[in-house]
Amino acid sequence: MAELNLNDLHDTEFPLPEGLQGNFAITSLSKIYNWSRRNSMWPLLFGLACCAIEMIGTAASRFDFSRFGMEVMRGSPRQSDLMIVSGTVTKKMIVPIVRLYNQMPEPKYVLAMGACASGGGPFKEGYNVVSGVDKYLPVDVYIPGCPPTPQALLNGLIALQLKIDGQSLANKDDVPWYGVGPSEPTPIPILGPDIIDPRQMDLIRRQTELAAKGLPYGVRELPPFQLKRSAPKKALASATTGDTGGGGGVERDAAALEIIKRKRMEALARKKAREAVTA
Amino acid sequence: MTNEVAIEQTQNDVQTLDQAIDYLIKKYPNIVSKDTREGYGGVIVDRNHLIDVATTLRDELGYNYLSSATAVDYMGIAEPDSDMEMVYHAYRLSGGSALVFKTQAPRDNPVIPSLVSVFPATDFQEREAYDLYGIQFEGHPNLKRILLWEGFYGHPMRKDWKEAYYEEEHKPFSSRWPGGYVHRAEERNPYGKNVKYPADFDLSRLTDISEESLYAGLGLGVDVQSLGGEMRTDRLVVNMGPHHPSTHGVFRMVITLNGETIETLEPVMGYLHRNHEKIGERNTYLQNIPFTDRLDYLSSMGNNLGYVLGVEQLMALGSRYIPVPYRAEVIRVLMAELTRIVNHLWSIGFLLNDLGAFFTPMLYANNEREKILDFFEAVAGSRLMCNYMRFGGVFKDLPERIKSVANLVNDRVRDFNTMEYLTDIITERLPRFLDEYEYYLSENEIIKSRCIGVGVLPPDMAIAYGAVGPLLRGSGIPYDVRRAEPYSIYPELDFDIPTGENGDIYDRYLVRMREMRESLRILRQILPRLEATKGQEVWAGGKQGAYSPRIPVGEAYGRVENPKGELGYYIVSAGDPKGTQNPWRYHIRAPSFTNLTCLGPMSKGHKVADVVTVLGSIDIVLGETDR
Repeated sequence: MAELNLNDLHDTEFPLPEGLQGNFAITSLSKIYNWSRRNSMWPLLFGLACCAIEMIGTAASRFDFSRFGMEVMRGSPRQSDLMIVSGTVTKKMIVPIVRLYNQMPEPKYVLAMGACASGGGPFKEGYNVVSGVDKYLPVDVYIPGCPPTPQALLNGLIALQLKIDGQSLANKDDVPWYGVGPSEPTPIPILGPDIIDPRQMDLIRRQTELAAKGLPYGVRELPPFQLKRSAPKKALASATTGDTGGGGGVERDAAALEIIKRKRMEALARKKAREAVTA
Repeated sequence: MTNEVAIEQTQNDVQTLDQAIDYLIKKYPNIVSKDTREGYGGVIVDRNHLIDVATTLRDELGYNYLSSATAVDYMGIAEPDSDMEMVYHAYRLSGGSALVFKTQAPRDNPVIPSLVSVFPATDFQEREAYDLYGIQFEGHPNLKRILLWEGFYGHPMRKDWKEAYYEEEHKPFSSRWPGGYVHRAEERNPYGKNVKYPADFDLSRLTDISEESLYAGLGLGVDVQSLGGEMRTDRLVVNMGPHHPSTHGVFRMVITLNGETIETLEPVMGYLHRNHEKIGERNTYLQNIPFTDRLDYLSSMGNNLGYVLGVEQLMALGSRYIPVPYRAEVIRVLMAELTRIVNHLWSIGFLLNDLGAFFTPMLYANNEREKILDFFEAVAGSRLMCNYMRFGGVFKDLPERIKSVANLVNDRVRDFNTMEYLTDIITERLPRFLDEYEYYLSENEIIKSRCIGVGVLPPDMAIAYGAVGPLLRGSGIPYDVRRAEPYSIYPELDFDIPTGENGDIYDRYLVRMREMRESLRILRQILPRLEATKGQEVWAGGKQGAYSPRIPVGEAYGRVENPKGELGYYIVSAGDPKGTQNPWRYHIRAPSFTNLTCLGPMSKGHKVADVVTVLGSIDIVLGETDR
């Protein structure tokens, strides 16, 4: 029997011994990791507001997300992979939420369920409301709705599974937990006169300096209004034919045009090759 | 029983509300005066004699049940020496409408004596008024912030306090695109967040003091003390929540334990304080209806009903008011009672969850609940947030058929005749389910041994603490707003008010069970009324109400018996003598909020495992507690 070189396993034409054929499946490590992770996603047993009721409804027998491997809801963040932020995040509550997120072991995912968790929702203007949990935590999937129906939540969970499917062990920039060393915990906000994000300390200091000088503070001048026009189709059409004049008064970068042109040509060549094969 | 005591204490010649007010004015000349503002009722009491008057109300006139206490900021409307007002609603347990008494203070320095010594029910409500309006209550035993945190800048419900995302005083805004283009509120804030900091913000001495006062006097750390002879135990401070599976949301309890026995329990709330009232003051009246859905998010139809009743009271002050048609009233009661069943199924399921019957009873209850939610979805368009009632009627008549158009994830295509579907669940399915549920649970040994004699709330304490709903009735007091001050078509319906005897967890459980049966009894009377009124209009005047009606000036207190207890909306329309489009004050007196006053006294002396059950038996929902 030939000596087994592990690198050869990536080659699907590795000759398997006669007796073992049919007992092997050859795949990549990323795929195995992702397959097991996506089908054993344990959410944190954690409800914030109205959406939590629909989340429990989704866990109950009619909709039943255990069909997707998610029935094990854990009360402890140490045992969970997924935080479903189900409801309005208030300034008072974001402190424990960030703390819980930091306590979750990696790999971890955050799902913003409903309008409030995604962007503040109907309560956005409230003085105690955080306009979206993504102001503090990285969010993987957003689910619209107020509250989202159980079907919408299931759809969001499936979207998360699809996202996990695409993650790669090889690509260290893809997800932080495949990088070198432990990742940094999210700084915990401070409850001062208003909520303070430690990452914005410098910004706050600059504003207080403005206030001390008697200058206007706490407001931001909106940038002058600029209407952004998307490139008219005519420009693209002329780009593919080599005419770089550009229509509609829109200046396009020559290099970008070159790339578009090349891609179009490649796609055209592929299409022609396919047609040749079928013919 | 307590009822009779209350009536005996009442002065014999003072029976009606007007007589009571006259009695007060006669007894306290120059101190108590009638509220003569247009559209207002009740009396105004001089703040220096508030405690005397309140004691008279309680002991001599029989108004011993204080329901609501709230503040109103009349900045720019009233005289500067009396522009901060506290409004109290007191009731007799024998029924009837509220005696409203108010007291005024200057908003620059609002100091009002605390009524906690007379009505302990005001404890949390005064703390809320202090938190949001900055009113100092003299003599309050524990005056600190309740919904926001210690150290928060200012008192946000004051009219001159503007939020970080403040745009304009009232909705609808003058333009959706000020300056000609759309922007998000974050873009105008230098931090890109919903925050603003005071100008004199000292960054060099930045410490989080939000928890300091909470632990003051609790003695953190190891405090070894002797307990009876040789046994030595540690006194331990335990935080339960805000993230805890059994706190029914983001509720937190700071518990001092002696061994496993509870010495003190302090509820900490505000983790879901999402500024209903501040947002509601800027919205138009109609825009507030979907917000009421999100108060007690398990019984949104009931919340809608309370709010529309409150606004309709104000509308009735105007000359062009048309009463609600009969069919709309029938549909409203249908929805309110179905909501009661939905809520009680959920709360009993979770009570058993807390007892250790993890999720199984809950799953069975939820199956039945889903049937009702399907009906809500077909009628209102949404399962949970129904947004169904309107001023002068309901949004839409019942549909002919209950349908689902697509085969969604694990959902069968539904197509039923509405009346057949309703008749089936009301007369067949739910009674059968309740029989089965009760057969398995009510005589269960574990449930009985964990619930009987635990978390007892004596009737006198229940009244003093302003307990409402099943909590009050479990203590043996047959007080139900549907009887005490009937609204809608409840006077013509036949139903009983179930009460408990001992006021423990088991009694509250039984009261909820029986209330579901009473709701079914009401619903069986509703069905023929639905048939009889088929095809009639569901809007006052036969057409959809105005998008933004002008509401006459005045005050109104709309209250309904929600599944969790009395839900009241205190609405003030002020500012424009011709009527207003936005409420000046929009206060929600939430049953869960006041019921939590009883949690501490009820859990004292019990084991830490029982607290979970006691809390479950109060049946709180945080959307309403924190608002």
